[in-house]
Amino acid sequence: MKKYSKILAVLFSFLILFSSLTFCVTADELSEDEAAPLTGVTINVYNWGEYISNGTDGSLDVNAEFTRRTGIQVNYTTFDSNESLYSKLAGGGADYDVIIPSEYMVSKLINEGMLHELDFNNIPNFQYIDEKFRDPAYDPECKHSVPYTWGLVGIFYNKDHIKEAPTSWEILWDEQYSGKILMFDNPRDAFAIAFSRLGFSLNSTDANHWEEAAMLLKEQKPLVQAYVMDQIFDKMESGEAWLAPYYSGDAGTLVDNNEHIGFIFPEEGTNYFVDSMCIPITSTHKAEAEAYINFMCDPEIAGANMDFVGYSTPISAAKEYLSEEAVNNEIFYPSEETLSKTEAFTTLPDDISTLLDSLWAEVKMGGPGDSLTLILIIAVFLAIYIWIIIHKRLKRKRELM
Amino acid sequence: MKVLSKIYSTLIFIFLYAPILVLVVFSFNDTETGSRTIWSGFTLKWYKMLFEDRLLLEALTNTLIIAIVTAIISTVLGTMAAIGINAMNKKAKKAMLTATNLPMVNPEIVTGVSLMLLFVFFVKIFGGKSLGMASLIAAHITFCLPYVILNVLPKLRQMNPNLYEAAQDLGCTPFKAFYKVVLPEIMPGITTGFIMSLTLSIDDFVISYFTSGTTQTLPIYIYSMTRKRISPEINALSTLLFAVILILLIIVNVRNSKDKKEGKAR
Repeated sequence: MKKYSKILAVLFSFLILFSSLTFCVTADELSEDEAAPLTGVTINVYNWGEYISNGTDGSLDVNAEFTRRTGIQVNYTTFDSNESLYSKLAGGGADYDVIIPSEYMVSKLINEGMLHELDFNNIPNFQYIDEKFRDPAYDPECKHSVPYTWGLVGIFYNKDHIKEAPTSWEILWDEQYSGKILMFDNPRDAFAIAFSRLGFSLNSTDANHWEEAAMLLKEQKPLVQAYVMDQIFDKMESGEAWLAPYYSGDAGTLVDNNEHIGFIFPEEGTNYFVDSMCIPITSTHKAEAEAYINFMCDPEIAGANMDFVGYSTPISAAKEYLSEEAVNNEIFYPSEETLSKTEAFTTLPDDISTLLDSLWAEVKMGGPGDSLTLILIIAVFLAIYIWIIIHKRLKRKRELM
Repeated sequence: MKVLSKIYSTLIFIFLYAPILVLVVFSFNDTETGSRTIWSGFTLKWYKMLFEDRLLLEALTNTLIIAIVTAIISTVLGTMAAIGINAMNKKAKKAMLTATNLPMVNPEIVTGVSLMLLFVFFVKIFGGKSLGMASLIAAHITFCLPYVILNVLPKLRQMNPNLYEAAQDLGCTPFKAFYKVVLPEIMPGITTGFIMSLTLSIDDFVISYFTSGTTQTLPIYIYSMTRKRISPEINALSTLLFAVILILLIIVNVRNSKDKKEGKAR
């Protein structure tokens, strides 16, 4: 009894200490000089994980700065994929004010009427967005979305083992490197690679194209070490894997800090992605949300943000606040020639997206996920269960006799 | 034979503690890229960054608040339920136990989705804005309750039922009798239930994921890092949490053995 109350006492004091510590930190940052008075409004922002400058290591705390300037508080939360963002929005029960999905998710949300049209009177900083980002295919005239970051998909390779820089996606099918190749663990990106190699549009609506791409991925499967996302960083650094496709925005830290790692854009062309800020239709603080978007487009803020995040900014004026190395780096700001061969995703029609899901399952599981296996497993369990029951009955009968 | 058993137990300990050791070691890794596999020198910067990272600390605060509130409420409710169930006749007891154990055996994902649907439905009816802290706590209580009941019931069963009556014979009011006699008897069960609820609530991901609305807990925050990479800040945080728990355990055990010695001396 005594022993337990002691554990509890110590545990509680620790918890209280910890939480009070947290509150202190927050309070300190908010009470900087010249802060705008709080308006009492809190907007809910939903962004990718680790996709904003958060104040660590001397960087700018973007959300705190926004609160300081406008008096609007930010409840900032994060997601791991476009799909989980979608399920959260569609499931209801979450009233986000600003979300930052990728381009194909933006067009899906627009098609389903889930986004507000933006009032650009509240977003004067939209003028800083570069001309070429203002009329994207996924959202004509940028009516619903404002670009936040962009980048391309390329290949990381190990310079020690692959002497000549690869130029083509074909290297991911090269048997020499069997067991040293990594692939995306998400269907859209994995299929995009097969499509680039085959020379089809990444947004093809022809079912045969998808079947063909799936064949190519199945062919590649024996060579692939693993289908992963963030693990590629560790596997590339340690030399466990030699080839891995990934987003250019993450190339900065990896290539700069590891002499043995290189990054290239394949000559066949590649996927070009844009993550954009939008306002869901359920938002109740539209004007404040627009203020947030406007704030993010401020070149100084965008610069500080990109410096931390490492992706490319659609705001040329922000480059002034970035290091020259980053701005002149082909990886972040590739030449027009590379860009001309890229294509962005758009949303797929329902039948194709169902097909994509089943094809992807086939690629990863090595065969169609059939219901027969499932039925068999259930049948075996049932058989064991029934056998036990019969056995018990018999035993009881014998005992009674 | 003795050697074999020693080797075996060493292997088991390595199996249990190697992951924690690696985690602790890499929380001190001086890397620019946040590598979790290559050692490149000693640093404390991740600990410093941990305390600068407002988002992480916010998630941690949310998690702790939810865990404590959940543990308190579910311990109180669970203890009351256990006392009630204990007083029932055999048939009703069995039926009741099956009903309360259901959330425990139900797959988490099913519980999560169904709770989300229920909460969304309520939010719509009562014109609330969004799921959040309240729905998270409600959801966590749902899956913590059975554990508390299961921990308290055996203690009640062990207790001599005449004690309660004897206390009343000696002049206690029913409430006083409960407070003075029953509660101390079942306290170990209650504390275990409390601590279990606390830990279950802190590390729950699946159910929280569906019922969190716009509130973020630590597990959800960590999961969302997987497109980039999980920052060594998380290693640092886990190390701190682990150290605190370890120190607590050591203190408790040392005191315990002291108490025992003193008890013997007397």
